[in-house]
Amino acid sequence: MVTKKQYEAVIGLEVHAELATRSKMFCSCEVVDSTSAEPNIAVCPVCAGMPGVLPVVNQAAVELGVRVALALDCEIAPVSIFARKNYFYPDLPKGYQISQYEQPLAQNGRLVIKTSQGEKVIRIRRVHLEEDTGKLTHINQNGQSYSLVDLNRAGVPLLEIVSEPDLGSAEEVRAYAMTLRNVLRYCEVNSGDLQKGVLRIEPNVSVKEAGCKELGTRTEIKNLNSFRALERSVAYEIERQIQLLQKGEKVLQETLGWDDILGVTVTQRSKEEAHDYRYFPEPDLPPLVLDKEWIEEIRRNLPELPIYRQRRFQWQYGLSDYDAEVLTEERSVADYFEEVLRIAPELSPKVVANWISGELFGLFNQAGTGFSPNRLAAAALAELLQELEKGTVNQASAKVILSEMIQSGKRAAELIQAMGLMQVSDAEIIQGWVIEVCEANPLQIDAYLKGKETISQWLFGQVMRKAGGKANPHIVRVLLEKYLHGLKDDQQA
Amino acid sequence: MSITPQQVDHIARLARLDLNEEERQLYSQQLSAILDHFQQLQEVVTEDIPPTFQVIPSQCPLRVDEVRPSLPREHLLGNAVDVVDNQFRVPPILE
Repeated sequence: MVTKKQYEAVIGLEVHAELATRSKMFCSCEVVDSTSAEPNIAVCPVCAGMPGVLPVVNQAAVELGVRVALALDCEIAPVSIFARKNYFYPDLPKGYQISQYEQPLAQNGRLVIKTSQGEKVIRIRRVHLEEDTGKLTHINQNGQSYSLVDLNRAGVPLLEIVSEPDLGSAEEVRAYAMTLRNVLRYCEVNSGDLQKGVLRIEPNVSVKEAGCKELGTRTEIKNLNSFRALERSVAYEIERQIQLLQKGEKVLQETLGWDDILGVTVTQRSKEEAHDYRYFPEPDLPPLVLDKEWIEEIRRNLPELPIYRQRRFQWQYGLSDYDAEVLTEERSVADYFEEVLRIAPELSPKVVANWISGELFGLFNQAGTGFSPNRLAAAALAELLQELEKGTVNQASAKVILSEMIQSGKRAAELIQAMGLMQVSDAEIIQGWVIEVCEANPLQIDAYLKGKETISQWLFGQVMRKAGGKANPHIVRVLLEKYLHGLKDDQQA
Repeated sequence: MSITPQQVDHIARLARLDLNEEERQLYSQQLSAILDHFQQLQEVVTEDIPPTFQVIPSQCPLRVDEVRPSLPREHLLGNAVDVVDNQFRVPPILE
């Protein structure tokens, strides 16, 4: 009997992150948004590759690089070397990219990821500094075909982060990429926006027979502009390679692109001859020597990273794994949550968590802005939740008020007054509404008395409606139940 | 001879150089002579000596992250052979 061979995937990730410095890596040109700025406005003789110029390393870029390397538990090289990576391409004005090859900035790090299978440690091979290339636009117009070069991005500082091939599935690849992005955002490296290309993720995918030591031929996937595309392309590529091997065919070592519409990887022919980079030490830059004191200072100033903050949120605030994860994905959200609790420590952390991840996220999503604490100060949310806690407003009204607070910038107390949403807790008034509603709906009452108990929920809704949503729902429920039970007793008597 | 004409072709292609047959032969010989010389240097035992990445014994100076004016765009593009929409126009790259 022939048993079908089992295959396993071996995947490593190469990630390029633009460093959000003010000026470029080796010159003082401004770093502008290369997707929206006017072309070629931030270019000087250094980043245009004019003869006779000299590069000078940007200190802030080194600091950000070290910060990320430390966040990834890497060993920082006391001395690292810049190198020239030589190839001809129109987006590279010098004819070489200044990068690091032998002796990179940092090596041997790790990143813990979480998947449905639990936690897994992914080793980081190296982290090094380099510069970005210019941007090419391909034009096909009136039978003419040409490319346009914009050098705004040429020379923007770039950090390359290379993992060991420790990833075994598309799910793990996605988890690694998202976790790394969150670390980069916590470190204030950049916005993590794949669409804008400030973060570029390139998986190397190979498959091998299960248990086999020898690695298979790998392919590299480029031009992925979303996490979904990343995950789909890796899943597709694993399956494609397994099918080739099952048919007895070979996997070609090549660079692939991803067609998001067709959902397939496609051969890319660009730069095909460029793989012979003839690296050599950059003669224009002496070795980068890092002061121990400086590294320690950067280490001391490292933010609390998402995974640690998540664990702390669980034990300190008693939040669930899920809530803690949602709140710590973005540093600004986690800061906001803690700020609300600092202002109003009497509030339940779980309630604050729910309002942030439920209502606030929802409202900001509707507005299409993403989480924007500047549109609602933590103090303002704290105040609203305090009113809710005191019973000045009920849950439903508080939601309406929250939306209005974001719209108008007004405070909770003011809006409660102005919108007349003060919660009614007066039992006499509520009792009046209960009686009115029950007397106005004899058919429903009849059904209830015949045993259709769920009618009470409907009646509750009617009373709340009658109250303009302002009644204290707890009191409504108590009084309504009491009234209905009274009717039942009368019937039985 | 330590370098083949095929290797010379490869290097020429990477450097975007168009060589005629005469140059191909000439450079094969010249490059071979250079490589032979390095072959000789390879014989020196360097096991315990760290590689010399730089001959000037200095550290990399760092620059404060400050923005200074870039070139006026017309000066930058003034050097270009072909300009379209304020960008450098080059032969098609993809496809």
